[in-house]
Amino acid sequence: MIYIENLTKKYSDKTLALDDVSLGVERGEFVTIVGHSGAGKTTILKMITAEEIPSQGKVFFESTNVHDLRRGEIPKYRRKIGVVFQDNRLIPNKTAYENIAFAMEAAGRSDHEIVADVPEILKLVGLDNKLWNFPHELSGGERQRVSIARAVINQPELIIADEPTGNLDPINTFDVIGLFKKINEMGTTVILTTHNKGVVDLIGNRVVTVEKGKIIRDDKEGKYVL
Amino acid sequence: MNWINIKRVSKAGFISFWRNGMTSLSAVLVMFISLFIVTSLVLGSALSQSIIDMLKEKVDINVYFKTNVTEEDILALQEKISTLPEVKDVSYTSKEEALEGFKERHKDNSLILSSLDELKDNPLGAVLSIKAKEPSQYEGIAKFLEEDGVSISSDGSGIIDKVNFYQNKLVIDRLSKLIAATEKIGFSISLVFAIIAIIVTLNTMQLAIYTSREEISVMRLVGAGNWYIRGPFIVSGIMSGFLASLLVLIVFYPITIWVGSRTADFLAGINLFNYYTQNFFEIAIITMGVGILLGGISALLSVRRYLHI
Ligand SMILES: Nc1ncnc2c1ncn2[C@@H]1O[C@H](COP(=O)(O)OP(=O)(O)OP(=O)(O)O)[C@@H](O)[C@H]1O
Ligand SMILES: [Mg+2]
Repeated sequence: MIYIENLTKKYSDKTLALDDVSLGVERGEFVTIVGHSGAGKTTILKMITAEEIPSQGKVFFESTNVHDLRRGEIPKYRRKIGVVFQDNRLIPNKTAYENIAFAMEAAGRSDHEIVADVPEILKLVGLDNKLWNFPHELSGGERQRVSIARAVINQPELIIADEPTGNLDPINTFDVIGLFKKINEMGTTVILTTHNKGVVDLIGNRVVTVEKGKIIRDDKEGKYVL
Repeated sequence: MNWINIKRVSKAGFISFWRNGMTSLSAVLVMFISLFIVTSLVLGSALSQSIIDMLKEKVDINVYFKTNVTEEDILALQEKISTLPEVKDVSYTSKEEALEGFKERHKDNSLILSSLDELKDNPLGAVLSIKAKEPSQYEGIAKFLEEDGVSISSDGSGIIDKVNFYQNKLVIDRLSKLIAATEKIGFSISLVFAIIAIIVTLNTMQLAIYTSREEISVMRLVGAGNWYIRGPFIVSGIMSGFLASLLVLIVFYPITIWVGSRTADFLAGINLFNYYTQNFFEIAIITMGVGILLGGISALLSVRRYLHI
């Protein structure tokens, strides 16, 4: 599904963030990317979402070369991907409901679908009583669940999660990882980054280890070795 | 962009305008000041134009004829003058009318009246009053009257006693200069202030939207199209402009009453408040149009900066 070929990324200040990285992710997989801070995990994800342009190499989504997309085609491409961040990146002056509704509106879904689906997805992540709360009125774990709900609402083919548990306590971490596993079991491909050994063990799937911009391990069965 | 999107974008714009209370308020205030300046300039230039028109109306030159000149000769000259392109109007006052007017003006002065009665003949000549389209054209008209063959009777003698252009020359020259200067200075001042207003508004908008850049990047990541992201900001900008122009139109009521009552004498009968209410419709359209354009365009320019990639 995602094919990264010989990807090198030098940021404008000459930092070599990725150094000739190749990685393939198949449909339905749950891939965890681990590595020290600054290893290049976020940079890999930004390449997939077309937020950054590679210095060398290519990224394919199925048969589409992501960085050959014209500007006008990028929004449509991004709707195939749901994204979750460590700091959740909810829109601060929109309520939980509106944050999710916005993603649906952006994807051109009807008002009817929005009214039906938003409460349902919020119920699924256990927030059916917080529909009209603003992000600053929610706890970190609750915010993260809203952002997961937003990521999955349009039934994307791929979920990208950059340290989704980075700010959460163990119990919330457990819940959130449980949500990702459920999403993956329903058939959505998930790519997730973390530095938390507990999270890796919890997921127990393929683990890709990155160090200094290179992939140094690719284990089929969850192992955290650093 | 279809109907449902327009509806969603407008709604989002209204909501974010409301929720970003302080930011929206400061945008409205800045635009209020800009629009206040723009409207003052519009009002000021319209007013000075009507004062100038009024002054122009008051200026003319008179041609006094010798007493022995026949009416036909004068009317023939009137005919010639009125074909000049610079001339707006020529009016003829006969000897008798001139005498009537003179008596009327001096009806309290028995000495003048009695001495007039002693004269057998009417001592006054006929008069042609000439109004030019522009004050600067009087000189040309005066010259035309001096040309050979222009003011000559059928028997070949000169018919004009005197032309009062030369007494009025100073006033006419000053007025011409004043008009030219007012137009030039007025235009430059308006231009400078309009540019300042645009720059200040643009900066305020940019600041307001700068605080939303994180939000914009999130919107992009959930796959929102460019117009879907820009739209609400533009709607908010338009709302700020609309509210600011409403405020300006309201505030001008007391201001024009106050200024009007203080300057009515000096402005020779033109009352600013009456002027404002009589031309309210045009002024409102200009102010709102400028407000909406200013708000919408500065929001568009500002949000474009954060929409790359
Ligand atoms: N926009 C940028 N401009 C310049 N350098 C950058 C930029 N973004 C990241 N880098 C650098 O690229 C390297 C990789 O960064 P990246 O964010 O991918 O690391 P990471 O593995 O996600 O780290 P962390 O676990 O701390 O999130 C780092 O050295 C970082 O300083
Ligand atoms: Mg990172």
